Amino acid sequence: MKSMSKITLQLQRCARDITNMSQQAVNGVSHRGRVLTLDSMNPNVKRVEYAVRGPIVQRAVQIEKELKEGAKKPFTEVIKANIGDAHAMGQKPITFFRQVLALCSYPALLEDSKFPEDAKQRARRILEACGGHSIGAYSASQGIECIRQDVARYIEKRDGGIPSNPDNIYLSTGASDAIVTILKLLVCGEGRDRTGVMISIPQYPLYSAALADLGAVQINYYLDEDNCWSLNITELRRALSAAREHCNPRVLCIINPGNPTGQVQSRQCIEDVIRFAKEEHLFLMADEVYQDNVYAEGCQFHSFKKVLFEMGPEYSNTVEMASFHSTSKCYMGECGFRGGYMEVINLDPEVKAQLIKLVSVRLCPPVPGQALLDLVVNPPQPDEPSYATFMKERTAVLSALAEKARLTEQIFNTVPGITCNPVQGAMYTFPRITLPQKAIDKAKELGLVPDMFYCMRLLDEEGICLVPGSGFGQREGTYHFRMTILPPTEKLKVVLQKIREFQLRFTQEFS
Amino acid sequence: MAARGLDLILHRAQVKLCDKLQAKTQSDGVRRPYKEVIDVFQGDLHRAGMKPLTFVRQVLAACVYPPLINSSNLPLDVRQRAQEELGRCVGGSVGSYSAAPGIPEIIHSISEFIKRRDGGIPSHPENIYISPGSQWSISNILNVLVNREASPRTGVLIPVPCHNKTVLSITQLGAVAVPYYLSEEQGWALQVEELQRAHESAKGVCNPVALYVINPGNPAGYVQSQKSVLEVIRFAWEKRLFLLVDELYQDCVYGENCEFVSYKRALSEMGPPFSGTVELASFHSVSKGFSGECGLRAGYVELVNLDPAVMKHIHTLFSKDACSPVLGQIALNLMTDPPKPGDPSYLLYKQEIEQIRTVLVHSVKKVHEVVNSLPGFSCPPIEGGLFAFPRLHLTPKAIQKAKELGLQPDTFYCTRLLEEGGVFTGPGWEYGQKEGTYHIRFCIAVPQDVMEELLRRLSSFHMTFMKDFS
Repeated sequence: MKSMSKITLQLQRCARDITNMSQQAVNGVSHRGRVLTLDSMNPNVKRVEYAVRGPIVQRAVQIEKELKEGAKKPFTEVIKANIGDAHAMGQKPITFFRQVLALCSYPALLEDSKFPEDAKQRARRILEACGGHSIGAYSASQGIECIRQDVARYIEKRDGGIPSNPDNIYLSTGASDAIVTILKLLVCGEGRDRTGVMISIPQYPLYSAALADLGAVQINYYLDEDNCWSLNITELRRALSAAREHCNPRVLCIINPGNPTGQVQSRQCIEDVIRFAKEEHLFLMADEVYQDNVYAEGCQFHSFKKVLFEMGPEYSNTVEMASFHSTSKCYMGECGFRGGYMEVINLDPEVKAQLIKLVSVRLCPPVPGQALLDLVVNPPQPDEPSYATFMKERTAVLSALAEKARLTEQIFNTVPGITCNPVQGAMYTFPRITLPQKAIDKAKELGLVPDMFYCMRLLDEEGICLVPGSGFGQREGTYHFRMTILPPTEKLKVVLQKIREFQLRFTQEFS
Repeated sequence: MAARGLDLILHRAQVKLCDKLQAKTQSDGVRRPYKEVIDVFQGDLHRAGMKPLTFVRQVLAACVYPPLINSSNLPLDVRQRAQEELGRCVGGSVGSYSAAPGIPEIIHSISEFIKRRDGGIPSHPENIYISPGSQWSISNILNVLVNREASPRTGVLIPVPCHNKTVLSITQLGAVAVPYYLSEEQGWALQVEELQRAHESAKGVCNPVALYVINPGNPAGYVQSQKSVLEVIRFAWEKRLFLLVDELYQDCVYGENCEFVSYKRALSEMGPPFSGTVELASFHSVSKGFSGECGLRAGYVELVNLDPAVMKHIHTLFSKDACSPVLGQIALNLMTDPPKPGDPSYLLYKQEIEQIRTVLVHSVKKVHEVVNSLPGFSCPPIEGGLFAFPRLHLTPKAIQKAKELGLQPDTFYCTRLLEEGGVFTGPGWEYGQKEGTYHIRFCIAVPQDVMEELLRRLSSFHMTFMKDFS
């Protein structure tokens, strides 16, 4: 192997020859402008925004840097209550899952007596299904077959026996990946025929970002804040008929339990939505990543698939649908593994072939994420050694979340200027804030949207990072912020207290 | 549909072959002269039988299950390293999201790796983005480059032959793939005259904005000379093309007198005006080389000379994808910052790397020897990369039979090779080739005994096939 300096000398010599040959060309050509500029780039990409990791987070990171460098501030840490990341806020992973994944990563540990037998069994089964018995091999683009089978079985169990076909299951790099993939398939047409996609306001901004990127038409339907963020068919109809003037509405997206709003749709509501989708010939996208995060009394998760099939063959044979789930939320909180899947229903076989091709471009979803998903759908059973610990950990996480949901609603509703709907499910609260006119004017002066101004001030004064409601969409003239309920209970209480104090100060300052 | 541009025929052939493989040998009750299929269809070291690096897997296991950090069964440097990696994860868990471009310390580590590799030329962390595999970042950069509303349509020059993923991305985005042919007679050399011809051919058809280069090659096993790299950069400068350089196989160089020189380094050595103006995106990944961790999905792109305003949008684009799998990011870090002399794991690590290198060098020699000894089969020396891409000189009879079956001639050959020979390879037409030529592609990162078996089966099948269609 030649030494570095020898390579450099050779390269420099060679480069001189080439550039000398270019001298004429260089002299003849005026200053070479860039190929990729704001004008030449894909205009759709310019429209993409993603508030969850947007300007407020960049400011938070800046402040963290300053703190590290010893800057004096009225707080010692930035509390990042902007992103739905449970582990970042101190939630512990499920022991059994991590044991199996460690065994899969380094199979020599299968000889280690410190690992329980049920964990070893799961690991062996997963490794058997991997190329070369390694999680480092590519899997099929649709995902490892036996894992898809396990996912199908899980869905059947969850939905009271309604069959699920593993061929309709597509594993993905988090649910986001699957959502974008389906949208890619659905978005087409030009001008007035361009695909319109109905999405709730407020919404999780992955949807608006993906729609902007794909150049699809975003059709907003407003959730009813006065009625616990419920979904109204009348409102769906209004949005749809208005949209038909300028685009071709083909898709209806619904997030249940909701993000950022946390509402859990009633069974009746789900039936109404399915009926609407059938009448109006819309493809249903059901984002169900928070399906285990249901806290409020009287609320229950009903999967769209289950309700669809219980409505009978007239619906279950015709309505086209994709449901999404992930390993990032619920009680696992394993965002960093990027595990997820979608189940497609009544998809045209030709379209399915295209779908396979689309997912093959990125080769396959991360295998550790696939393995983790397998454990989520195939957790320890009552007769297995790890069951007791597993159930204890799972219950602890979900009950802590339920308690924090309740606490958050309770405390926020005692703060003048803040009203908060019950956090029925998911991981967030989306309270409404009343801003004094002077504050709104000040925001305008600074070129900021009012709730961004509010959140920036909160960040600077209290070190709490939230996401302004404008990032999710809200009715004109209303302002909100989204806060996660993920910090540990004691810390959450402190956060709620600080927000209360800030709200009072802010209102006072701009009165 | 945005996806309609993808080639259905291409895909059906792939699925058919995959199904055949999954059905294995037991299910249809047919007696076959082999017990197991040798799967060398993809550039997948582990699937082909190579072992993961012990140090990497030990660190990953300890990161996944932190109680292992206190286990005396793991070497000290493994435990320390796992602790360091976890310290960089938010909340100390590999289960939390990282910053969208990637864990900052890992990005810094990658920039140091690039700087070392390129003889000290600085690499800026803010120009580096980690993604779930290199194809993900290639898609993102193409997405920014391709203006769907533009008329004429955006064009991207691509080599022939070329692995099909990038081509699929290009057509899926509604852009035009403009082929430039590598010269098989010159060991698959990239000739500027051919780039010129391809660029000319685009006139009136599309507006070429980018030039995609793979070095070392895939499927063709060439390593560009320094002169070739510099000529390509000059060409890109003259024709105002954005350079997209796929350098995944930079660790896989075998040819005598062959050296990998990164486009970044060459660009820098050219000095102004080139070094400050040619826009470049270089891609690397943890999937190839000695790590072979395809399943973890981690790669990175380094962007050079991009417009800062555009970089802001690129940042947002990567943000909406959440982040790359954290285990993959850690594996990437271990690749760019491996054990050093004196570390407890160093000797084993070095040994394992050397073993893989020995296997690859041996494979490359053997394949060249065996293939060239068979009639109707030829192969230039494999200088780099992870594949052999030998040429099939098929008889008119064989070509006719393929036509009758509605198959491309090399797909016909590969299908038969899979069914009768038990070796899963890829047909040349999937990668593109000069009209009237046929090839097959197979991965050469295979343990020695498996390579011997592969070549034995290939020889035996090939002789029978040539005889049957003589």
